[in-house]
Amino acid sequence: MPTPNTPIWEVFIRSRNGLAHKHVGSLHAADATLALQAARDLYTRRGEGLSIWVVPTASITASDPQDREMLFEPTASKPYRHPTFYEIPDEVGHM
Amino acid sequence: MYTQALNQQPESAPREADNAEAAARFQARIDAEERIEANDWMPEAYRRTLTRQISQHAHSEIVGMLPEGNWITRAPSLRRKAALLAKVQDECGHGLYLYAAAETLGTSREELVDQLLSGRAKYSSIFNYPTLTWADMGAIGWLVDGAAIMNQIPLCRCSYGPYARAMIRVCKEESFHQRQGYEIMLTLCRGNAEQKAMAQDALNRFWWPCLMMFGPPDTQSQHSDMSMRWKIKRFSNDELRQKFINATVPQAEILGLTLPDPELKQIDGVWHHGPIDWDEFHRVIAGGGPCNRERLAARRRAHDEGAWVREAAAAFAAKRAPKNQTEKQAA
Ligand SMILES: [Fe+2]
Ligand SMILES: [Fe+2]
Repeated sequence: MPTPNTPIWEVFIRSRNGLAHKHVGSLHAADATLALQAARDLYTRRGEGLSIWVVPTASITASDPQDREMLFEPTASKPYRHPTFYEIPDEVGHM
Repeated sequence: MYTQALNQQPESAPREADNAEAAARFQARIDAEERIEANDWMPEAYRRTLTRQISQHAHSEIVGMLPEGNWITRAPSLRRKAALLAKVQDECGHGLYLYAAAETLGTSREELVDQLLSGRAKYSSIFNYPTLTWADMGAIGWLVDGAAIMNQIPLCRCSYGPYARAMIRVCKEESFHQRQGYEIMLTLCRGNAEQKAMAQDALNRFWWPCLMMFGPPDTQSQHSDMSMRWKIKRFSNDELRQKFINATVPQAEILGLTLPDPELKQIDGVWHHGPIDWDEFHRVIAGGGPCNRERLAARRRAHDEGAWVREAAAAFAAKRAPKNQTEKQAA
């Protein structure tokens, strides 16, 4: 009989000093401690990480990819949020 | 315990951890350019210093929306209005990144905001000056954001990871702020005599307060030594001020404007400025600037008028919480 309902965890790894943790994948584990150990075994076999975060997948609220247009299209019509929109004479140089 | 929530102080922050050995190990990590992260051991003074600095930085971004917000409805064109609105929106975003970074050190957002509203926390002196004309939008973008960039670029390498990463995000967004300001100045300076005079007047009023943004001279700076040792700060106040002046003088020349400092002169490639009125700086920081009362009153009003929104959101979340629970159990 399969073991029911072992929670899923999302795994985040800080690959280098100073960088943010980045999502690398997920795994099954009964609790946080086991999840951390499993993440170490599964995702850091080649020295990929300095530290690991595990987060219960059920705690993550995600946007629906179907809503992409509604959520993000409005930024496409706002070129004035980008530095290149403004005309600065070449002689001023980098600003 | 590595699975603790980031916003909690380690339960067993024992006094013995506060010992010389831990402090030495901490300093060695700093010296090796390692970033300190929220769960790492740190001296209490480091935590306090950073909480103060990051939250005051956050307050500055938030209060900094007010002087520019003053002109959004009166921008001279739709183009300018959209740009100014987007800039002010960015500043709000900067405040939010920074509050979140400060919270990783263990003080809640509510407490930090309360420190601002009760007048216990400080924010940048520059935002206590009024914005009298449209040209002030140009001067602020060009000079105030220019000075902020000088300050913030070295903070991208600050020893505290969450602050450094927030600064990288902020710095990416600042370039547009400065360029839109400079474009406003350039347009006014290429306009008629009255418009150019308006740009010159804005520069005259904002120049000295901008130089004060870098803080007191190195000879009087209270917090600098430890901040340098901890690599929270990488350059002294005077060094950053000097970099700013060197960058700004040629930009003013291109505009055809005169910096309001008759003593400003270049010696061996370095610009030397006349005396800064530090009495004014201390007066403004202590609450006696032209707009201190107005700024705090505006923040308090916004906070009070937003209370019902926070209450309604909390009530709604509470109402939904038990329902979510049963849904999950049913699933
Ligand atoms: Fe900002
Ligand atoms: Fe800005």
